[in-house]
Amino acid sequence: MDGPILLEADHIRKEFGGIVALDDVSLRAQERQILALIGPNGAGKTTLLNIIAGTIAPTRGQVRFKGKRLAGRPPYERVRLGIARTFQQAHVFAQMTVLENVMMGCHIRGESRPLDAALRLRRARLEEEDILLDALRTLNLVGLGSRAEQLAGDLPFGQQRLVAIARALASDPTLILLDEPAAGLNRLEKNDLVDLIRRIREMGITIILVEHDMQLVMQLADWVVVLDHGRRLAQGTPAEIRRNRAVIAAYLGAEEA
Amino acid sequence: MSLSSRFWREKAHRNAYGLLVLGALVALLPVFLRTPYALSTMVLIGIDTLITVGLCLLMGYAGQISLGQAAFFGLGAYGSAILTTRFGWSPWPALIGAAAITAGVAYFIGIPVFRLSGHYLAMGTLAFGSIVHIALTEWKAYTGGPTGLPGIPRLHIAGVPLKSDLAYYYLVWAFALGGILIALNLVDSRFGRALRAIRDSQVAAESVGVDAGRYKLQALVISALYASVAGSLYAHYLIFVNPQISSLDASIRVLLMAAVGGLASIWGAPLGATVVTLLTLALREVVPLISGYGSGEHQIIAYGILLIVIMIFMPQGVTVAAARAWNRFGGWPALRGRLWRWRGGR
Amino acid sequence: MPSFQLQDYVQLFVSGLSTGAIYVLIALGLITIYNVTGVINLAQGEFVMLGAMLAVALIRLHLPLALSALGAILAVALFGGLVHRLTILPARQAPDVALIIITIGTAIAIRGAALFIWGTMPRGLPEFSPGAPIAIGGAVLSRQRLWIMGTAAGVLLLLYLFFEHTLLGKAVRACSINRQAAELIGVDAHTMGTLAYVLGAALSAIGGIVIAPLTLVSYDMGLMLGLKGFVVAIMGSLTRAPAAVVGGLLLGVLEAFVSGLWASGFKDGIAFLVLFALLLVRTVPWQDLWRRPV
Repeated sequence: MDGPILLEADHIRKEFGGIVALDDVSLRAQERQILALIGPNGAGKTTLLNIIAGTIAPTRGQVRFKGKRLAGRPPYERVRLGIARTFQQAHVFAQMTVLENVMMGCHIRGESRPLDAALRLRRARLEEEDILLDALRTLNLVGLGSRAEQLAGDLPFGQQRLVAIARALASDPTLILLDEPAAGLNRLEKNDLVDLIRRIREMGITIILVEHDMQLVMQLADWVVVLDHGRRLAQGTPAEIRRNRAVIAAYLGAEEA
Repeated sequence: MSLSSRFWREKAHRNAYGLLVLGALVALLPVFLRTPYALSTMVLIGIDTLITVGLCLLMGYAGQISLGQAAFFGLGAYGSAILTTRFGWSPWPALIGAAAITAGVAYFIGIPVFRLSGHYLAMGTLAFGSIVHIALTEWKAYTGGPTGLPGIPRLHIAGVPLKSDLAYYYLVWAFALGGILIALNLVDSRFGRALRAIRDSQVAAESVGVDAGRYKLQALVISALYASVAGSLYAHYLIFVNPQISSLDASIRVLLMAAVGGLASIWGAPLGATVVTLLTLALREVVPLISGYGSGEHQIIAYGILLIVIMIFMPQGVTVAAARAWNRFGGWPALRGRLWRWRGGR
Repeated sequence: MPSFQLQDYVQLFVSGLSTGAIYVLIALGLITIYNVTGVINLAQGEFVMLGAMLAVALIRLHLPLALSALGAILAVALFGGLVHRLTILPARQAPDVALIIITIGTAIAIRGAALFIWGTMPRGLPEFSPGAPIAIGGAVLSRQRLWIMGTAAGVLLLLYLFFEHTLLGKAVRACSINRQAAELIGVDAHTMGTLAYVLGAALSAIGGIVIAPLTLVSYDMGLMLGLKGFVVAIMGSLTRAPAAVVGGLLLGVLEAFVSGLWASGFKDGIAFLVLFALLLVRTVPWQDLWRRPV
């Protein structure tokens, strides 16, 4: 473990009205790493993801990205720094076309304002064309080019997930947070997803992955962080995690039993 | 490159075509409907169209509900009226000045409201509308109180005042069509996409970098601008204003026009304005025959029931519902078939 | 400006309290409905008007006052349930915007119907116990104001007992805390929603009936009262009943003082200024704004 550090979360604690969701959790993600965040339900994985994305603020602790402190920055500013994310529930823009969904991913790169748009100035038109082309390219990357003009809400759930990933990718991130991207996918779709995630990493993007599917995690991850009841139970390479007694007892054992 | 250019040209063409058809219709209507009553009704429909387009942007696209559009309309109308009659401004600068004031007011309402999650805009605008209504009624020194403010000058173009209803009709509809064009452009832009994204999922919109609060605020200001310009046009047309134009019922009427046309349908706005205006006129004729009381407010029952029915059964507006029904019926071929059989062609 | 003496202030204070008590009743109805069904019911004020109007109508049929009041409350309560079944349930899948518009539609339809049936002439309801005003601590209080405060206090107590000590009340509360969880343990959320509407409508009707002898009853009385109930409900963040109780009483007192000491034309504006002040104050820090994603 010796790449440059991209993201550091230090001693994160989060309470929800007296209930401790995260207790003194730290993690480091290196550049171009696939870091998997695993743990039983209620372990605090999504909470940690939300704290990194800025959707919720930690009660205590610091998140640093490229050395910069993120405290006080809302999610829409963190995207501009290079942190993109997806959600468990996909959260596509249901009443917009697939293409428009991905174009939304390019939102931060646009500069046109309402007035430019109202008068359809040349500047705004050129920008739109740029964004459109980028979005199409990203859409082809996830294999949904043929669905461009369909309403995103009409797609099957698995494909909505892909739309959400494409949307996140379109913002040209350095770090992407994927929240259970494989949930509800069949074997074939999971294989495609593994390929896609590897391709994302080859683009030079760091990935933090929250996932339940152990096989997929072991296949993909460079580094695994295990959470249990809001605490960090263990971390290490997939091989180390597989051998870790505490993990087996608390998590793997329980699942395989 | 060719693909994207074609994509945009197609969209632009569709909009241009629609505007052309609507423009031709607007241009030709006075040929057939030339009584002063019909003309003035059509002028008012044009003004209603303008304010409705603004509300559609806010409600159908940004997903925010405003119960204060009539208040913005009232600010525009009274702004124009007061600036011209009390401060001696000429009408065009007054229209712009009133719009600037209204936009500023909308901005200041929006700041606290949009920092809160949930549907506080509905409450905020409701409260704001009541305050405006009370202020216009009570602040007699400037507004003339409940009886209203007369003596507003007419608009003029190149020094010639627009005295005839026909000239004003074309002016108002030029504004309405311009308003529709601008709204169409907005909806199909980076800005409009962001608004729709917020409507569909605010968390996701923020996750791709949209500052939802700022965008909603901008949408509110734009919708207030539409309402204010509509109000100014109204004031310079009737050359008289009274506080009733800013009442809650007036706001609800705008809501109804937007709902009839389809909240998320810019093209639905002129339709909604026409349907609601004609409905109001019709009810004004019919209701006194049924009810013993002479007040002209009874149409609000119909407004209310219509709002409920539309929201439950055709939330996307009458046009979309009609199109669906048409398709279910089978479209043109089915109609042709029916006609054929009806004429005894079998 | 005339010189004011202590008893005048006491007088304004107490009459403000009694007006505030009405706002509290309306606000509690709103809060109940909002928490169980998630609907911001803009037709709440119309339930107030209906309660008062029906009571007047029943009295004109020469029914005794108590019976008229009871009948009106029951009728409005049933009507509230009907409104839920007919307008809210069919649209429960619709977005919030549509639901709010539906409640507005309901409000103006009811107002229009009242205008249609009863006309524009305001009607009066006799005081519950006519007689000379009662002097308390230098202030002179009409008997009706005592009725208002007594009724409100009694209703509050009953509500408390209902929500805290009956099975049905607990079921309603369970629904407001977590609808899915409540359904899992066998509570029918639709029925609870209807019940919330019944309760909310009844609360408003009671408010309308007790204030009617002081204000006259007209088809459009619901608008202002409903709006103020709203402001009060928002004082309690649409969820906290105790805050709404305090807020409602404060608003009533504030209004009484402004119209008594300054100008009555602006009285109705105060509630909205208060609302704006509240919205400004409530602009909470970011982290609380985003709800915990599910």
